[in-house]
Amino acid sequence: MNRYAVKLAIRHLLAHPGQTALLMAGVALGVSVFIFMSALIGGLATLLTQRTVGSIPHVVLEMPDRDPSVLVPSGAAQVVLQKDLSRRDQIAIWQPAVPIIEKTPGVTALSPQIRGSAFVERGQAVAPVGVIGVQPGKLSDIADIDGAMVDGTSTLPADGILIGSRLAGDLGLRVGQVVRLSSDRGRARSFRIGGIFSLGIASADRQAVYMNFTTARALFDLPTGISRIEIKVQPATDAPRIAAALRRSTGLKATAWTEDNSQLFEGLDAQARTGTIIKAFSLITIVVGIASAMLLSIVRRQAEIGIMRAMGASKGLVVSIFVLEGTLIGLVGALAAWLALLPLPPVSEVRSGGLPIDRAQGDFLLAVTLTTLAAMLASILPARNAARIDPVEAIGQ
Amino acid sequence: MSADPIFSVSGLTKAFGEGEGEVLVLRGIDLAMEAGEMTALLGPSGSGKSTLLTILGTLMRASGGSHAMLGVDLMHASDAERTEFRSRHLGFVFQFHHLLPDLSALENVMMPAAAAAGRETRAMRSRAMDLLDAVGLADRRDYRPSAMSGGQRQRAAVARALINNPVLVLADEPTGNLDRQSADQVMDLIRSINRTMATSFLISTHDEHIAAQCQRRIELLDGRIVRS
Repeated sequence: MNRYAVKLAIRHLLAHPGQTALLMAGVALGVSVFIFMSALIGGLATLLTQRTVGSIPHVVLEMPDRDPSVLVPSGAAQVVLQKDLSRRDQIAIWQPAVPIIEKTPGVTALSPQIRGSAFVERGQAVAPVGVIGVQPGKLSDIADIDGAMVDGTSTLPADGILIGSRLAGDLGLRVGQVVRLSSDRGRARSFRIGGIFSLGIASADRQAVYMNFTTARALFDLPTGISRIEIKVQPATDAPRIAAALRRSTGLKATAWTEDNSQLFEGLDAQARTGTIIKAFSLITIVVGIASAMLLSIVRRQAEIGIMRAMGASKGLVVSIFVLEGTLIGLVGALAAWLALLPLPPVSEVRSGGLPIDRAQGDFLLAVTLTTLAAMLASILPARNAARIDPVEAIGQ
Repeated sequence: MSADPIFSVSGLTKAFGEGEGEVLVLRGIDLAMEAGEMTALLGPSGSGKSTLLTILGTLMRASGGSHAMLGVDLMHASDAERTEFRSRHLGFVFQFHHLLPDLSALENVMMPAAAAAGRETRAMRSRAMDLLDAVGLADRRDYRPSAMSGGQRQRAAVARALINNPVLVLADEPTGNLDRQSADQVMDLIRSINRTMATSFLISTHDEHIAAQCQRRIELLDGRIVRS
């Protein structure tokens, strides 16, 4: 780095402090738009993803659909395939799959479950529910039931169940009351309501009933197998890749959450592309602003450049001075924006009605780097023009 | 005084424009200067004085003829070579001081040396201080040009021309913008430097009073030397 070029560039900037400050403020404004858009779009995506995937499994493993065996050779006759409904869908041998799933990179939790349909009866009131039998200690591995409890406790004794707040409201149920559950396998028994949860998802709060894994086996007549294995992964956006890996390693049907939420992904993608366009325009504005300011500065300093060239300053020195000048405007403006936007909240602190801005996704370093580079590029052409100034014409001799 | 010329030009021509619009400003100049000479270049406006000085200062290329200095063929040297040569061996004083407004007097004097080296050094600072002292501006070292008088600025410009210890200083109407008293001060300074440092000066001027203080005079008319 030519130290003399740095000194002269700084002198040029300090010679007109008001104009320099205005230029840097313009850059800071452009960089703020860049950072703000990144933080907003990233935060919005995180919030929507969190709200969507927070309480649902990211990958579900089930038995693959079975087709009936075809005895006729292929092409010899026209056949119509129908789903084989002669056997129950269950993962009969599931224990060997558990260590394979646990060792798969990205998997953070798994929950083998017994699932079935049932009716909750209290007096003359009847409500259809989906029963989820979970292993001890795995109640909150998929949906945070512990954190969603609004009444009672989340323990699951053999005769206890947890119900959603909407179901409790519909049937007028409270903790400690006893209800009767009739399963779709024709078995029925009474349970005591141990707790009431509210996940904020209407379907879950109205229809989900959690119970002890062993009790669910008896209720749904499933002595050894399980219905499905639900899995959480990190990051949630890696679910399709992890599902594919699990499909290969376990031979089970693996469904990623993204398959049922493609519209959300399309929306987030469109949103990200819009943000990229806005960020690109803010960078272009910075480039145009700095380039025009540098051109004006060079016109004003034409005689000075001429005299320096006449005194033996190389073209390289002149280019260095003006490129450094532009780069410093970009760098200081970008750093000012960084400091100004540091108080942005993380997305976890977003309040209802507020913008879901996520400081962590503000791309601060990228914004500063891109702006500095853009400022440098914007200065190169004017600086090269400055180096081409004819000393004789500039000095007016 | 050495007998070897520090520069020599022969058959030097300079034309501006092309075709029917071509204007011949220099029409075959033959000239040489010896080390330590102080020469006045006289002639009316448009006679080609400034053009000749600009070519001798490697700021412009001649259209024809030869131009050599200190054994270097400057006619055929590249732009970068001419820039380096200018930085090492030539000094300039212009009619207008052309000091950089954002630098102090001391920094202005150091500028040609610092621009060539890419940084300011202690040795440069020390030499610049000596030069400012020699031109009577030691107490103005930290002043910006805007805070100095016309004569002081021009004396600072003379000091700047000497920072790289040039063999030849080309001065184009160095006192043209000054009152008589300041002009005399600047000329006294140039004579003193010529005597003590043996630096050669080629001074373009209209002023007979200035020319009378030089050891040699060259008169130019319509692009030709009419008296040397």
